[in-house]
Amino acid sequence: MAFITTKGRTFEVSVVISNKPGVREPEGETILHDLVAKSGFEQVESIRAGKHLRVTVVAADPQAAKRMVEKMCNDLRIFNPAAHSCEVSLGRVVGR
Amino acid sequence: MRVAVIRFPGSNCDLDMMAALNTIKGIEPSLIWHEDGSFGEGRYGAIVLPGGFSFADRLRAGAIAASSPAMSVVKRLAERGTPVLGVCNGFQILVESGLLPGALLRNSTLKFVCEWTHVRVDSTRTPFTSGLRVGQVLALPIAHGEGRFYLQPAELARIEREGMVVFRYCDAAGRSTPGSNPTGTLHNIAGLRNKEGNVVGLMPHPERAAEALLSPFGGSDGSLVLSSLLVKASGAPRA
Repeated sequence: MAFITTKGRTFEVSVVISNKPGVREPEGETILHDLVAKSGFEQVESIRAGKHLRVTVVAADPQAAKRMVEKMCNDLRIFNPAAHSCEVSLGRVVGR
Repeated sequence: MRVAVIRFPGSNCDLDMMAALNTIKGIEPSLIWHEDGSFGEGRYGAIVLPGGFSFADRLRAGAIAASSPAMSVVKRLAERGTPVLGVCNGFQILVESGLLPGALLRNSTLKFVCEWTHVRVDSTRTPFTSGLRVGQVLALPIAHGEGRFYLQPAELARIEREGMVVFRYCDAAGRSTPGSNPTGTLHNIAGLRNKEGNVVGLMPHPERAAEALLSPFGGSDGSLVLSSLLVKASGAPRA
């Protein structure tokens, strides 16, 4: 019942923060060189690690939910624009 | 001069910083909790953000402290020209709050690096380097996992042009080489200033090198950074 509210529906919004292209990402490099490439998956060319926030938000509709999360990411500097890109996308509807 | 040392939940170099400042005659430090905004009433001549792991480095090192009540006061004072020094996590907080440009990313080795380094002074146009000379080499220790300075190439060229790089990792002779770069930081950058010069951040810890007993090199180079606060650009003691 936790997701059922009277103010709208509850949506899941996904936020992925990753280094911009051209900014080295040593965690992904290590996963690639020291695990994946050594284990028979030579076809894998690159791996970039990042951070994933799964946000649940109450809103009137899916687009309003996405806009609110985009504003939150920008206003609170959830990502550092000097080095990161931030992708916000809609997930599933978790409430009524 | 009264100096405010701001303590966040997770700060762990705050007492070392207090001890180092207390060794300098003419500096009177106070420890201020980050939710206490009353230090903004003009009673302090400088502000120091010490090292540590504020808010457990959640989200990103310095990202949550950057929005704390103390930082809105620090921003206001910085705009008025108050000297602000951020050390290690304090530098990360200055970058995340936008007072200094760029980002401090995971070290390229993915390792937490805890070792003594040499840094060269590249700018003396700050209240924390006014007692030093350009080209002077200091022995200071580092201890961090996220100290790889990054800025987009055009912006990086701009801060270099404007002389905003204050400290650069180097060898004992003062040469900035790939071998003297402990973290993969761009252009061997260890410390920066803002355009005006009153806000300075650096990854090395001057407070851990403020007494000869603490240094394998036998110097107290860190205290030269902190005591610069009492020196005018001309070299005369500040009134």
